Amino acid sequence: MKVLTANRLADGEAVWLASDHSWAETIDAAEIARDVGIEEKLQRAGRAAYLKNEVVDVDLIDVELVDGVVRPVRLRERIRAAGPTNRTDLGKQARPQVAAAA
Amino acid sequence: MYRYDEFDHGFVKARVAEFRDQVERRLAGEITEDQFKPLRLMNGVYLQLHAYMLRIAIPYGTLNSRQMRMLARIARVYDKGYGHFTTRQNIQFNWPALSDIPAILDDLASVEMHALQTSGNCIRNVTADHFAGAAADEVADPRPYAEILRQWSSVHPEFSYLPRKFKIAVTGAERDRAAIQVHDIGLHLKKNAEGELGFAVYVGGGQGRTPLVAKKIRDFLPEADMLSYVTAVMRVYNLNGRRDNKYKARIKILVHETGTEELTRWVEAEFAALKDSELKLPEADIRAIEEYFSPPALTARPEGDQSLTAEQLDNRNFQAWLRRNVVTHRHPDYAAVTISLKGIGEAPGDASDAQMDAIADIAEELAFDEIRVTHEQNLVLPHVARADLKTVYDRLVAIGLETANAGLVTDIIACPGLDYCALANARSISVAQEISRRFASQERQERIGELKLKISGCINACGHHHVGHIGILGVEKKGAELYQVTLGGSGDENTSIGEIIGRGFGPEEITDAIETIVETYLGLRDKPSETFLEAYRRVGPAPFKEALYGSQAKAA
Repeated sequence: MKVLTANRLADGEAVWLASDHSWAETIDAAEIARDVGIEEKLQRAGRAAYLKNEVVDVDLIDVELVDGVVRPVRLRERIRAAGPTNRTDLGKQARPQVAAAA
Repeated sequence: MYRYDEFDHGFVKARVAEFRDQVERRLAGEITEDQFKPLRLMNGVYLQLHAYMLRIAIPYGTLNSRQMRMLARIARVYDKGYGHFTTRQNIQFNWPALSDIPAILDDLASVEMHALQTSGNCIRNVTADHFAGAAADEVADPRPYAEILRQWSSVHPEFSYLPRKFKIAVTGAERDRAAIQVHDIGLHLKKNAEGELGFAVYVGGGQGRTPLVAKKIRDFLPEADMLSYVTAVMRVYNLNGRRDNKYKARIKILVHETGTEELTRWVEAEFAALKDSELKLPEADIRAIEEYFSPPALTARPEGDQSLTAEQLDNRNFQAWLRRNVVTHRHPDYAAVTISLKGIGEAPGDASDAQMDAIADIAEELAFDEIRVTHEQNLVLPHVARADLKTVYDRLVAIGLETANAGLVTDIIACPGLDYCALANARSISVAQEISRRFASQERQERIGELKLKISGCINACGHHHVGHIGILGVEKKGAELYQVTLGGSGDENTSIGEIIGRGFGPEEITDAIETIVETYLGLRDKPSETFLEAYRRVGPAPFKEALYGSQAKAA
């Protein structure tokens, strides 16, 4: 399973591509690709957004579902999705209902 | 300290205007990311995991209170209320919006600061001994030379596209507090038998994936020849350094592959051609720059000893702070104070906006308006009257920065690691925090004595792990964090690269492993004054391997 992630150009905020082609600020809204066809669709949308200068550093990352919640496989991506592990008052995890990374 | 002249003001202002235009064009989609990325890097703007990061140059780590207050303001207005002081005497902000960065650069320019050459394959911020101008063991203040190098290297047309980044450090004391032997060029300011000033020149040191100790290629270079000689080194590097492989592009690889003797011959040949060119520094110019760094008028304050004796009587914490964080000044009535940014369990090098403001106030009122950033991620007030130490201490207590651990096991250097950095493979800060908590006891730390522990979250070694007495390198193995331990490194005048002790440790094991190493040292040192490094150099790795891995080590 994969989701498409990037950083927003203007402020660098980590974002994930949602099914309506908008960029969500939390990973729970990301569209999950369960097959190659969807992966390619996400990548096309990401490429288009990159060319429209909406986002940079577009990347398809591995995720899994844990108790129905999207969780990146790599710690790096879990920290991006949550915030610094030493400052749980910062980043996405400071918002209600976003889990910490580690 | 140095003050911008009309040229400096104009130059920085023009660069901010240029970058503002570049940011506007990028946001309007007129230039692509591929075009913009090298431009933003030239202005100190990185993209990290959560946001952009802005790295601001603090030349040779010297700041005044006005500049520190501006850093506090930037933290408050444009960031999330804190900044991170780095191992290159700079500061990084972790959360600025790209669209705000031109305004931040305007603010910085108003206090004679910028973010130029804090990234990219150019000559980076020149670093220096953080006790420069105050140290009792100093031949002369190294900062005027660092400032000359800064002016010369700023947008130097020949050296703006080097094979790789280039770092220069300068010290003016025998005791090297600037780690000059792990820099591309290290300059040791000294006097010859005739009492003239000049430099021992070291070339080709560095950490990263190929750690190498610099080679001394000149024992005494007259001060007037500094720019000609450094230019000769840069030219040899620019022409011969590898550009085909970024991992082999630093000058250390060129020195290593060419051989010190041959490389010295190239440099000397280039220098012979440059020696009498316009690069020769006129005596008057050196002395004019030196003027900017004239020491403050330190009036006699002989009441210090008496008042300190009285103040210490019933305050053990103050006694500990005096022992650890206060060092001898060249003036007997004064001292240099280390403000530890390593509170127990805190992120090394982080300071809040309120702390920065308070430090600016202390510096202005009690320390001749001077602040230094150390490569060990602490701050220094270089000139404090001994009679004012208790007042300074009390004011540091009020902002939680009185930790008495300079040079002790909890005075840990750590890079931002995987909590922020896009290059990192493992976290550094969380490891530093746990080790700090484990060794929190002041009595225990002081019993252990001087111990430099340094942590990097990837092989690029921003956390200087190779020269830690104990070094920790975080790697990613099978998707998990793993920490390799090196022992016996040192970044002083007897620089050495630490040796890997054995297999790595998981995040839950690393603090125990460090404790085992420390306890092993305590058990084998021949007297309490034998430091960890001295003991390691005497006994080698075997007892530590045995303690960490037991029979496994023997079997292997």
